[in-house]
Amino acid sequence: MSISRRDFLRGAATTGVVSLCGSNALASETHTGNPDRYGVLVDLSLCSGCRTCEAACYEENKNRDTNRRTDNEHEGNLPPPRVPFDDLSVTATRRRPSGGVYTVVNRYQAQGATGQDRNVYRKLQCFHCDEPACASACFVSALTKTKEGAVVYNPNVCVGCRYCMTACPFSIPGYEYDNPLTPRVKKCTFCYHRTSVGRPPACVEACPYGVMTFGKRSDLVRFANEKILAHPERYVHQIYGENEVGGTAWMYLSPVAFDQVGFRTDLGTTPYPELTRGFLSIVPPVLVLWGPALMGVYAFTQRKEKLAEREKRDAVGTAVASAVAAAEQKAAKQFEAAMKKADKERELAVKKAVEETKKATAEQEAK
Amino acid sequence: MTPFNVVAAAILAVGIPITFIRFTQGLASATNLSDRTPWGFWIGFDVMSGVALAAGGYVTASAVYLFGMKKFHGVVRPAILTGFLGYFLVVVGLCYDLGRPWRLPYPMVVSFGVTSVLFLVGWHVALYLTTQFVEFSPAIFEWLGWKEVRRVASMLTVGATVFGVILSTLHQSALGALFLLAPAKVHPLWYSPYIPIFFFVSSIIAGLSMVIFESSLSHRVFADQIDPEHAGEHDEITLGLAKGAAVVLYGYFAFKVIGIAHGNDWNLLNTGYGHWFLAEILGFILLPCILFTTAVRQQNATLARWTALLTVVGIVLNRLNVSVIAFNWQLPAEERYFPSWMEIAVSVFIVTVGLLTFRWIVERMPVLWEHPDFKDVQ
Amino acid sequence: MDTLHEFMKHTKSVEYLLAIAFLVGFIFFWRLLTANEDR
Repeated sequence: MSISRRDFLRGAATTGVVSLCGSNALASETHTGNPDRYGVLVDLSLCSGCRTCEAACYEENKNRDTNRRTDNEHEGNLPPPRVPFDDLSVTATRRRPSGGVYTVVNRYQAQGATGQDRNVYRKLQCFHCDEPACASACFVSALTKTKEGAVVYNPNVCVGCRYCMTACPFSIPGYEYDNPLTPRVKKCTFCYHRTSVGRPPACVEACPYGVMTFGKRSDLVRFANEKILAHPERYVHQIYGENEVGGTAWMYLSPVAFDQVGFRTDLGTTPYPELTRGFLSIVPPVLVLWGPALMGVYAFTQRKEKLAEREKRDAVGTAVASAVAAAEQKAAKQFEAAMKKADKERELAVKKAVEETKKATAEQEAK
Repeated sequence: MTPFNVVAAAILAVGIPITFIRFTQGLASATNLSDRTPWGFWIGFDVMSGVALAAGGYVTASAVYLFGMKKFHGVVRPAILTGFLGYFLVVVGLCYDLGRPWRLPYPMVVSFGVTSVLFLVGWHVALYLTTQFVEFSPAIFEWLGWKEVRRVASMLTVGATVFGVILSTLHQSALGALFLLAPAKVHPLWYSPYIPIFFFVSSIIAGLSMVIFESSLSHRVFADQIDPEHAGEHDEITLGLAKGAAVVLYGYFAFKVIGIAHGNDWNLLNTGYGHWFLAEILGFILLPCILFTTAVRQQNATLARWTALLTVVGIVLNRLNVSVIAFNWQLPAEERYFPSWMEIAVSVFIVTVGLLTFRWIVERMPVLWEHPDFKDVQ
Repeated sequence: MDTLHEFMKHTKSVEYLLAIAFLVGFIFFWRLLTANEDR
């Protein structure tokens, strides 16, 4: 029995639909693109850990839930700080962005170029990668890289799976774990409501020491290189974020080695979406090949069974035939034997009758 | 009031209030999840391990319906039921973990993230649940006595089996592929471009072992339900499955070693995590391979059963290693995640509900025995 | 272990060697597994 038409149509239709989705995966090149996209250069040699940027970020975003589609005015977007922003002692702790905090500045004790100990402060927030792992990971496209450079989050479709948090190489996104009904992924928005119209983010504007520079990313790379050239003793000769994980919008210059100020230096330069492209590309071939291959196995098995069936029937037929023949032979033999026996008995009976007649005749003559 | 029922009642009495707490007060009230560790025990055990252990459905169905290995016919229905319930419980467990579980259909109807491996997983699990239901439905229709519907459902079996294998190949490997996006977080001995293959191959092993394990339990617990004809073949079936498992375990072990070579990670074997990795591949892959081989050679079904249990534990261990234990391995000890007692309690609760459902179905529907009106189960 | 690592780093074809070794090994494994079956 071969595959029914219903099964075939069902298989083909579904294969078609899911194949299309699979080939979409290959076709989507959503991320690198706009050469005019913005960035921010953070010069850590200028940062003194005053936390003004943290305060400005909070003020700007505490009632604003910026998302891609609409600017929602949303009260209570960020909870009030547990420690006031003018308390600088907390910079000694290892704080990180979280479900209620978009950016933190931490203090690191590092070794300067000439071997002396010095404090270096580092502002940490979403890096707004050119090819974001989070956007690639999101199965409902809740995170997207805008053409202005910001990676923004849409809480209207987020299911809360938190794969974006797993994927982020910098472990930036936080989650509102204590919110039972409307928990959101939270991270720096690059003040998209500002940068989408060309204005710098609140933190950049508020910084009293000019630590951060907002502009076109390509310009900032040039600017950073100029800084290094002009003051080679002041900086490590590398722009962090220029090539890391395929390049990020937020880049850093540092007076000490980057791994001394909390940066991971083992992330490589491969954009993260590349890492799953290989796997996703096998989906269409599997969909197209597995079906026929398995149906082939099924057909082969069916044929094998049919042949086995026929052989069995033939074998049974032969067996029956020979059994019948044997039975006939046996019957014939028995018949012959029975006939012989009957003949013999008849003979005996005749003999006996003749003898008895003789005897009777003899007895009569004797009287 | 059997001991099992008493324990089950106790588990339900604990699980239901925790469920209430989790859904009224948020994830923080019931879990130790954090921003650094967004995925914990519910993902590592209920989702990752659950899907692997539910693989018996597609493995057994393809063996019987596609490869014509008729001798396993007696375990197909229980295997498919285990598979269907397994996947269903995965979805239940997932609903505990998701921030907004009512939005679970979103990747299917609202917004499509086609670059995401998780998108693939979501679609496939949904389609696969349906497929497993179709494969199991003849049993339901026999129970209800709906002869015509049952006939139609049976005709779909081969197509559903083929579809099930396609889906399983993709989503079992996709669950592993999820971690391809975390090279900086998964320990190098477990991180490999071969993760998808590891997950797929080990799902076959998990499926075979779970069928051995489940049929052994069923034969003891539901001894009065089983067809005498099936009861007699039980050992033969067990050893047949064990033979398959031994072969695939051999291949899996080979792949793992080649994976170390590919990553050039030999020197890592002599670290703490290295020893743990060796424990996993030697104690839970190589050893079961040797034990299954021994069991088959000596026709020792009891050894096969115990080995199946060891193998199942090994699969769970592997999934937990990749998703939780070897994940974030570089974080200092005080920042590492450990599940809260409530997370574990919920997982035990979900498994218990699964067992109770399995028992309810098996006591009513023709799963362990053939319905007298439908002797041609095909 | 470290010298082993050094050796392995310079043996580019280790993966292929292992694959062939395991394939050959499979023949023996299969014979071991099916030894007591009546052929």
